[in-house]
Amino acid sequence: MRALSLEIIGASKSFGSFQALAEVSLTVRAGTVHALLGENGAGKSTLVKGIVGYGPLDDGELLVNNRQQQIRTPRDSHALGIGMVYQHFTVAPGLSVAENLVLSRGDLNWRIDWPLERKRLNEFMQRMPFRLDIERPVSSLAAGEKQKLEILKQLYLDRHLIILDEPTSVLTPQEAEEVLGLMRDMAHKGDISVLMITHKFGEVSRFADDVSVLRKGRLVGSTQVSATSQEELATWMMGAAESAADPVSQKPVDPSAAPRLDVRELSVANDKGTLAVSKLSLAVRPGEIVGIAGISGNGQRELTEALLGQRQSASGEIRINGARYQASRREMQREKVFSLPEEPLRNACIAGMSVADNLALRNFDQPPLCRQGWLINRRAIQTQATALIQQFNVRPADPLRPIGTLSGGNVQRAVLARELTDDVRTLIVSNPVFGLDFASVAIIHQRLRDARAQGAAVLLLSEDLDELLEMSDRILVIHEGEINFEVAADQADRATLGHYMAGGGHEDQRAAGAA
Amino acid sequence: MGDLDLVTFLLALLAGAVRVGTPFLFVSLGECLTEKSGRINLGLEGILVAGAMTGYAVAYLSGSAWTGVLAAGGAGLLLGLLHGIVCSLPRVNDIAFGIALMLLGTGLAFFLGKAFIQPQAPMLPSISLGAWSDDGRVRSALNINMLFFIGVALAIFLHWGLRSTRWGLVLRLVGDHSESAQALGYRPLRVRVMATAVGGFLAGVGGSYLSLYYPGSWNEGLSSGQGLMAVALVIFARWQPLNCLWASMVFGAAGAIGPALQSVGISSGYYLYSAAPYILTMAVMLATCRPNRTLTGAPGELSLNR
Repeated sequence: MRALSLEIIGASKSFGSFQALAEVSLTVRAGTVHALLGENGAGKSTLVKGIVGYGPLDDGELLVNNRQQQIRTPRDSHALGIGMVYQHFTVAPGLSVAENLVLSRGDLNWRIDWPLERKRLNEFMQRMPFRLDIERPVSSLAAGEKQKLEILKQLYLDRHLIILDEPTSVLTPQEAEEVLGLMRDMAHKGDISVLMITHKFGEVSRFADDVSVLRKGRLVGSTQVSATSQEELATWMMGAAESAADPVSQKPVDPSAAPRLDVRELSVANDKGTLAVSKLSLAVRPGEIVGIAGISGNGQRELTEALLGQRQSASGEIRINGARYQASRREMQREKVFSLPEEPLRNACIAGMSVADNLALRNFDQPPLCRQGWLINRRAIQTQATALIQQFNVRPADPLRPIGTLSGGNVQRAVLARELTDDVRTLIVSNPVFGLDFASVAIIHQRLRDARAQGAAVLLLSEDLDELLEMSDRILVIHEGEINFEVAADQADRATLGHYMAGGGHEDQRAAGAA
Repeated sequence: MGDLDLVTFLLALLAGAVRVGTPFLFVSLGECLTEKSGRINLGLEGILVAGAMTGYAVAYLSGSAWTGVLAAGGAGLLLGLLHGIVCSLPRVNDIAFGIALMLLGTGLAFFLGKAFIQPQAPMLPSISLGAWSDDGRVRSALNINMLFFIGVALAIFLHWGLRSTRWGLVLRLVGDHSESAQALGYRPLRVRVMATAVGGFLAGVGGSYLSLYYPGSWNEGLSSGQGLMAVALVIFARWQPLNCLWASMVFGAAGAIGPALQSVGISSGYYLYSAAPYILTMAVMLATCRPNRTLTGAPGELSLNR
């Protein structure tokens, strides 16, 4: 058997006074898939970085194939045959598959003998359970193919313990199924062992042999998957007290009500000049959350930017309350349109300006912050900021601090404070909880529900199906810039959504949703 | 314009394309190499002028034009190295420093070059490929400088080298995705410094062509912005060395429209035609650059794309 076994004994690591990992011990058996479950900040990344040598552990032993090993740098782990696939792709988009693979090898001659390399790569691909055309430029690969390339790269480099960091976060359910299935089959054949970081129970129960759960830097449990249940894992992961509350039941919106936000045949070009959104129509009524599901890169960014006025549309129109909407400042203020864009530091804040100034971006040109239409009242800006900071619990509570120095959760809370305190009529939200911890997620979701209860029309674009299923009243699926499926959230199921997210059923369009 | 005149005009245009285009070729290959590593060196204009001065001065002092060419490359290498190292410091913007370097290079060249405006340095030899023809126009059109052939060979070599050598692949990797390069253990900054230095060398050689062949003397109005236009040219060439060759010829031909017209007796609007390369530059920029688009083929790490 070529697969490696890995035993971790008493792994500990602190950052200053914060104990990120405390006495964690677990075993990855050779030829198995071992899942590492935990919330954000539970210590999963710290642990695997220690194993790969990117951030050596303070304390603890690592046994590879029952022999104790020192891993201080990535070079050490690579020499042992341990490799890691990161959440974010580490392949160069401007180079071809072959070039990326060849470059990943450390032992290149000055001249690259392409005919020989190609022959070898093709032979390598023949032995693999999944293949890619080695001549293709990486920029033309879909997310799932890039993920496959990352895994192929590890196999090409002869690594026999592969660590996957949330491997499916950028994949469709079908792609995820395929990639994880292949990994499991290779493990069971004895070629590799897999340690997989995840927070999806479904992946654990279908693809993992063993599972370990971390919470707040400690190992809560480690067991065979067959000997446990999702409920048990959930309580291990969240702690018993924190199990999710029932979503507040929501009375359905009258489907004949006039839409607040009405997008008609909107086409938007991307940075390359090709249409990222083509003839897209959707409507959001007051008092409902409409979710848009889709794999990243199917036009969501361009659609959001067009709705927020950051990008010109090529054709079609956006209407709010029946009137043409061009996202000018005057229209936003009149119609009370607000937004929580993704990457708030880039799209909703000016990083170098203070929290107070950022909180005033929506209303600094209106009384009471502005007198006679031109004179800014600094004191009023300060007062407003102090109140909002307290109300939304932004930390540190210093209105004069540049907002770029705050943590992600606090930036998002500050944006929330600015966008949701006024009377909100239309709200456009894009991946609002990306990368945030459990507590921040709960607060943001509650605020979105509150806005809906007060009659706002909410458009929620998200790459997280769980979030959409939990929050939305209706779900639309976007694929290659078109809405190809629509369903009421309480009738939605993952498999169907996944099928359409992957581009299925352009032919039966909205028929399925209407039925 | 009769048939004969048209032939004369086209021959003059062709000859001009090669003659005027050669410095474009060197500077654009240098810029191409630099940009492939993920940096823009706007200072190539200054390096070009500094190279022209150094080349002329050293050729005059040593009596050998080729020594001058090498010295010009050396001066370019040093200035390129300076750009590479300074831009590796945290929070230094390559475009801002490039402009500073442009002014530094030209300023230094004017200051140090005062003494060399009068004397006559040895010129670079050219190869006569037109001996078979009785036609004087053909013979003069095929009188081509050695540096042009070196430039063509270099373009072909770079085209091959960027694909088929380790250095070429690493250079493209660093310019395309710095994080991947780091994850593979390469040092992006070091690669960029080297690429910028070599780019500077090529621009310096391009400068020596100006002072040692065409127009063939050292004075302060020698360069007409070739170093800056090379940036547009590289974009036009989509960061491909072989395309740089064709693009240089096109820009060279545009610069030779005025003289070519003169050779058939049309001399009105001479200065207007001299503006052709600049108009071409603007047309290229207008046609290829849009505020809401990124360019296909552009290295991902260029500050113009980020």
